[in-house]
Amino acid sequence: MTAAGFADTLVSALIVIGAGFALVGSWGLVRLPSLMERLHGPTKASTLGLGAILVASVLWFHLARGVWTTHELLVSVFLFMTAPISANMVAKVHLHRLRQREPSERPGPAGAPAAPPSGADWATHEAPHEGTPGDFVGD
Amino acid sequence: MIGAIVPWALTFGFGALGLALAMNLWRLFKGPGVADRILALDTMVINVIGIIVLTGIATNSGTSFEAALLLAMVGFVGTVAYAKFLLRGDIIE
Repeated sequence: MTAAGFADTLVSALIVIGAGFALVGSWGLVRLPSLMERLHGPTKASTLGLGAILVASVLWFHLARGVWTTHELLVSVFLFMTAPISANMVAKVHLHRLRQREPSERPGPAGAPAAPPSGADWATHEAPHEGTPGDFVGD
Repeated sequence: MIGAIVPWALTFGFGALGLALAMNLWRLFKGPGVADRILALDTMVINVIGIIVLTGIATNSGTSFEAALLLAMVGFVGTVAYAKFLLRGDIIE
């Protein structure tokens, strides 16, 4: 196999793998039973698939034009940074609405989250206090 | 020869991402909660970025990259704005 044929195969494989991962992520969004499980599909599988597609784009433009382009990597770095943040925000909305007893939100396998001792809602950026998840006040 | 099997991979990629978009649309309409709809919109943005990048490969033009980068930024800001509005009742306080 020639070098160009190998690179061609590599680009094709990256496109197929990336699109397959994106498809699996969206299938998880449809298939999984509760929101906390559904979050896993798009945040991990779809983002990884898009990273593979962007690497394929870098290799393709190197093959087609003979120049290394790095701006696709900019998109993938941006997505890899923002995917956990947006997933965290969606999970906060879910917990907030579960605590408000919204009938449309169903708790996951771990059940409904316990209320903090102060009775407040930590998902909405209140000041840290005793019992806030992840705080180090009492340590 | 460059690009002998890439068109077949591109066809598969367009098909898979289109199917993924249809699944996200189903979740967007079905719900059941508001957080599910936000998550479905976020995933749709990710899949549309993939379709734009594949279009850039198919047409061999480097100009679609700006659209992908802009959509990534606007999609993230939109998701955070929806979540902030549901958490706080306001977007910019």
